[in-house]
Amino acid sequence: MIPLSWYLIVAAALFCIGMYGILARRNAVAMLMAVELTLNAVNINLIAFWRYTDPSSSAGVAWAIFVFTVAAAEAAVGLALIISIYRQRESVIAEELDILKY
Amino acid sequence: MPVMQIIFIIVSAVTLVSAIMVVTDRNLFHAALWMMLSFLGVAGLYILLENGFMAATQLLVYIGAISILVIFAIMMTRRLMSTTESPYNSQWPWGGLAALLLLGLLASVITQFDSLVPGVGRTAPETESAIQSMVTDLGVAFTASDQYVLVFELASVLLLVALVGSIIVARPDIDPEEDNS
Repeated sequence: MIPLSWYLIVAAALFCIGMYGILARRNAVAMLMAVELTLNAVNINLIAFWRYTDPSSSAGVAWAIFVFTVAAAEAAVGLALIISIYRQRESVIAEELDILKY
Repeated sequence: MPVMQIIFIIVSAVTLVSAIMVVTDRNLFHAALWMMLSFLGVAGLYILLENGFMAATQLLVYIGAISILVIFAIMMTRRLMSTTESPYNSQWPWGGLAALLLLGLLASVITQFDSLVPGVGRTAPETESAIQSMVTDLGVAFTASDQYVLVFELASVLLLVALVGSIIVARPDIDPEEDNS
């Protein structure tokens, strides 16, 4: 049997890779992809704890489904914003999007 | 080493290596394809956790919908996909340092997990029937008034708002005078 801590380590590594992507990437679409990776890491944790503590309760799976919902909504709105910004500024590089500063 | 652990190591290696490729590949389109492979690895982890429903949802929502959405966005902003300039901003060493420090912190806590929470996490409880009726239980939980019905309705409203909002946001600006005619 696989110990629970193995799943937690994999989820932590996936979260940190995603966090690095959010912090280091310049392209806004690439940052959004990294956000999806971190959300996946959270879901692995939810399902792993569901399986190893109380599989008869549906709480863990239910919350993982809600994370799916929020991730889908976030991807749709985020990509719509990126396309709208691209129309106006001809750029999706995050550090060039500075109109709100002035 | 048991077979399950070998499968787990292979699946997690695929997930993590393709996740690293997502954040390092200069070609954004390749990064999106690596992201699909990483999602597939996560679906494999759900299968190892004996949750086939989540694995199927992962395939439908992430690989089927979100990846396609991301690939569309990459293609629509294609002119900026140059592979010559750096894909990283100026703060990438600090970002990497922060990610490594967080990973070290989490790993140092997780390796003490067995002593911190005794009795949990060595072996999963053997409840075959609970896992088999999981989808039924989930459906009941989403509609029972004493469980998640409110959150379920909120999630559906959120999806509707996100759908309408993303159409409004991504729609090209229409000249109001032209619109009136």
